Amino acid sequence: MIYLDLFLGFLRVGMFAFGGAYGAIPLIRDVVLSYGWLSDEMLAYMIAVSESTPGPIMVNLATYVGNSQAGLLGSILATLAVILPSFIIILLVMVALKTLLKNKYVQAILRGLKPCVIGIVLATGIYMILNNCFSLRSGFRFDWKPLALTVVLGGIMFVSKPLMKKKLNPILLIVISAVLGTISPNAFAECKKLENGIPSL
Amino acid sequence: MNILLDLFLTFAKIGVFTFGGGYAMISMIENNCVERKKWITHDEMMNVTVIAESTPGPIAINAATYVGYKQAGFIGAVIATLGIVLPSFLIIFAISSLLDHFLEITIIASAFKGIKVAVGILILDAAITMIKKMHKKLLPRVIMLCSFAAMMLINIFAWNFSSISLMLIASVVSLTIFCIKGAPEQKGGAKK
Repeated sequence: MIYLDLFLGFLRVGMFAFGGAYGAIPLIRDVVLSYGWLSDEMLAYMIAVSESTPGPIMVNLATYVGNSQAGLLGSILATLAVILPSFIIILLVMVALKTLLKNKYVQAILRGLKPCVIGIVLATGIYMILNNCFSLRSGFRFDWKPLALTVVLGGIMFVSKPLMKKKLNPILLIVISAVLGTISPNAFAECKKLENGIPSL
Repeated sequence: MNILLDLFLTFAKIGVFTFGGGYAMISMIENNCVERKKWITHDEMMNVTVIAESTPGPIAINAATYVGYKQAGFIGAVIATLGIVLPSFLIIFAISSLLDHFLEITIIASAFKGIKVAVGILILDAAITMIKKMHKKLLPRVIMLCSFAAMMLINIFAWNFSSISLMLIASVVSLTIFCIKGAPEQKGGAKK
């Protein structure tokens, strides 16, 4: 049943989403791909939308998937499911188990869990980038346009940080990427000119 | 003002004005709950951040539940959590039906080709930030690299193996090593 699937799927996300918003993305990807709720393409798009709208990314994605699969009730269930585990755990920690997180066994588990999440997020990011450039799943096909875009956007992201001593606002990167994306391949020469102009904006 | 209403409005305001979620919200919550409303102290806020890092789920939800419970018990926790979720729920709900039609427009579809690239870079950047904050010890590094390699293979070959299973394996490995060898030196207190 779709309501139960949505609830259980996002409950799983909420229960295992360590490491903040981007720690949750591999889990959400797991769930939405295995149920066939979103494609990789739509997921990337929705991550960008969630990043550009207010609120926690996990909540935004749960609401969207819930609504697109089963309307209002679906979105309520998915959203509730994604927040329920953290709500309950915080209450438990505050009320009954004040020392739970200091317990040495819990600490030992967390010491294994956190680096694992980091590895998973790193793999997801690199896989998404490679998949954009080489279409890994649908018969290795090299596409130079996304590769050029990756180099340009990656350059903007990672060069701006030491330059401005501040992380580039993700929304700004998304806007730049959308603008560059609309420029068609035969206008690539203009694209070159644009990329030189943008970092100084 | 009624404390429940105050909790709801304050967290709804935080929910409306924080983009990107996560750590961006921590500073908004700090500004509102510590400095303005004095609902919790700065030390408690630090404590919430630490708890949030060790528990699953959105950081903002953790903080809202904590502050709500401190101010008005269980009902307070429910109200504050609802307050922070409701704005993003309503916004996404309102635009989600538009989004599907949006993608059919050619120029949007090609803009999306660029956006897809940006999302990959944002995820990579998040991972790099996490790596920089990670303990520079052998075990975490090994676990990180093994999980990375496993996840790459799972992705490329579309294996039916969830990231949750990887996380469970990593937890068990770490717990086993702890039980055999004891805590790493950094935690002096655990050895007594």
